[in-house]
Amino acid sequence: MNPALSRNLTIAFFALLTFGTLSPLLFGSARFPQWLEVILGGLMSGVLYSLVAIGLVLIFKASGVFNFAQGAMVLFAALSLVRLMEKMPFAAALALTVLIMIALAWLIERLVLRPLVNQDPIVLFMATLGVAYFLDGFGQTVWGSDIYTLDVGMPKEPKILLEGTFEGGILVNMEDVFAAVIAGVMVVALALFFQKTGTGRALRAVADDHQAAQSVGIPLNRIWVIVWSVAGLVALVAGVIWGSKLGVQFSLQLVALKALPVVILGGFTSIPGAIIGGLIIGLGEKVSEVYLGPYLGGGIENWFAYVLALVFLLFRPEGLFGERHIDRV
Amino acid sequence: MIYREAGQFKTTYASDQQLFPILQDRVFVLLFLAFAFGLMPFIGTEYLFRAILIPFLILSLAALGLNILVGYCGQVSLGTGGFMAIGAYAAYNLAVRVPDLNLLVVFLLAGAIATLVGVLFGIPSLRIKGFYLAVATLAAQFFIDWLFARVKWFTNDAPSGSVSAPPLEVFGWLVDSPIEKYLFVLAIVCVFALAARNLTRGAIGRSWMATRDMDVAAEVIGIRPLHAKLSAFAVSSFFVGVAGALWAFVYLGSWEPLAFDVNRSFQLLFMVIIGGLGSILGSFLGAAFIVVLPLVLNQVPTWLGIPLSTAMISHIEFMIFGALIVFFLIVEPRGLARLWAVGKEKLRLWPFPH
Repeated sequence: MNPALSRNLTIAFFALLTFGTLSPLLFGSARFPQWLEVILGGLMSGVLYSLVAIGLVLIFKASGVFNFAQGAMVLFAALSLVRLMEKMPFAAALALTVLIMIALAWLIERLVLRPLVNQDPIVLFMATLGVAYFLDGFGQTVWGSDIYTLDVGMPKEPKILLEGTFEGGILVNMEDVFAAVIAGVMVVALALFFQKTGTGRALRAVADDHQAAQSVGIPLNRIWVIVWSVAGLVALVAGVIWGSKLGVQFSLQLVALKALPVVILGGFTSIPGAIIGGLIIGLGEKVSEVYLGPYLGGGIENWFAYVLALVFLLFRPEGLFGERHIDRV
Repeated sequence: MIYREAGQFKTTYASDQQLFPILQDRVFVLLFLAFAFGLMPFIGTEYLFRAILIPFLILSLAALGLNILVGYCGQVSLGTGGFMAIGAYAAYNLAVRVPDLNLLVVFLLAGAIATLVGVLFGIPSLRIKGFYLAVATLAAQFFIDWLFARVKWFTNDAPSGSVSAPPLEVFGWLVDSPIEKYLFVLAIVCVFALAARNLTRGAIGRSWMATRDMDVAAEVIGIRPLHAKLSAFAVSSFFVGVAGALWAFVYLGSWEPLAFDVNRSFQLLFMVIIGGLGSILGSFLGAAFIVVLPLVLNQVPTWLGIPLSTAMISHIEFMIFGALIVFFLIVEPRGLARLWAVGKEKLRLWPFPH
């Protein structure tokens, strides 16, 4: 597809998105404060999808591996933290979980990636599927499989804002705001790490070209351990936020699967893409669930993201912000 | 297995290209079929049929279908469970709405409907491949799950979304005891396995394999990727759809959409990887492995005298599956079927390997 058409389609997509988001207001089926609540709720869950998607993008950029196990890592990190917190204070548990995630990254590099080096990407993808299953089983064998409540002191009670402006005000979940702030901080930290440190520069070099990076003396194996560790830490943050919102339980894994359409939408190689993709998907599925759901029997949330990704794959496989480099068939 | 094929000369092309060119292989396969059809019904227990053989055969059929797509044509699919659901619900609707239809026709039509849907979701494969395609098929999976859970027409307005299959009757033969069900499924699976074997060694199968190995090169030598990929999706979905209909009608009896969720897709993909990508035999070996492994795992703790909860066993099962996937991908990417072939080759030369 030529670039001009592709650009026009992108513009059309954003126009459609804006129209779809605003249409409940325009056709008078919703009151403004309620609508604003839906929008905010959608954006907040979008932030959480973005958190998982960032981990995916990090690993894909640095090693070309599409890490299906990111969701399992989220669950594993959250489970480790919540169970360790029963035995020790929060700070110690957090430190220990960080260590566990780093050890996990090292093990994955040693036992899975290194023997499979130079294989097809799809083989690596299936290997991470195996890792995901293993982690699910392992986490629940070691830490148990009940639903645990994770309380890290995030404010739970919802606040009513703008009471003066609208009648009744709008209900905002403070937990979500907190999560969004944490996500923002993390993205800034990651950006600084990637742009300003030597290791970050090495990571970007590896992402650009494995062989060239290796030929100027960047140790690939160490870079992979680092990037999987960073992805593990991102998974931990996502796990903490998800876990304290929904409880730490197995279904976290399915929620994390939504990160796949998010990266398709945003582009595999772009961290801003992961964030914006997450926001679009969170927003889109909430709005369509609330305003379109009643006509279609509800439950749209379960597939909206995937079908949107499918449409994107058909018309713009590189995503909104991805590189225009894709294997044409 | 210790045999020599010395002295078997092929004097015609037909004898060179037949299904099993070696006499001993033919005898072995025929004996095996005679055992499965003739002897098994007399020596098997009801538990063996109901809990092991019937699910094994049906899942083999589904794995066979998936193997055509993943193993032969190289297109990864995570939506197999969804296509099984299409087959199951299509068969249900046909059987309920057109009660006079012969059940075999119902199954074949269910497969045909699954084929249509499969081709529809296969269209993205013309532009994308690898894990992009995996996500596209994942979309099919979740959409189909939702469709059958929420759209009441498909479940004939059943309040809970759970539906029951009508009694199985083929040409006046009421298939209701486990032995009869076993024979019914076995016959269907044999026909489909033969079809798959012949498809994959014919022109169409070679075009799939060429596309899998290198799509650009395949196009250069005159294979149309459109035909190759969509025909692989079509054949695969047909197999999977029939397997879904059988799973619902013969094994489950009554079911809800949850029976065909995304975990079923992963399970089938694991069967194909462990059994052997691009191998008919591998589909059966993989299905056998994954059906039998949980049963064995359930028994091991009692043998060893360690009491384990069922939840714990299912978690350990997850771990073993995951580890095995990684293990097979690293050590033997062509799976159990390859191990079997290696073993056969070794035995053929034994005891004089040189």
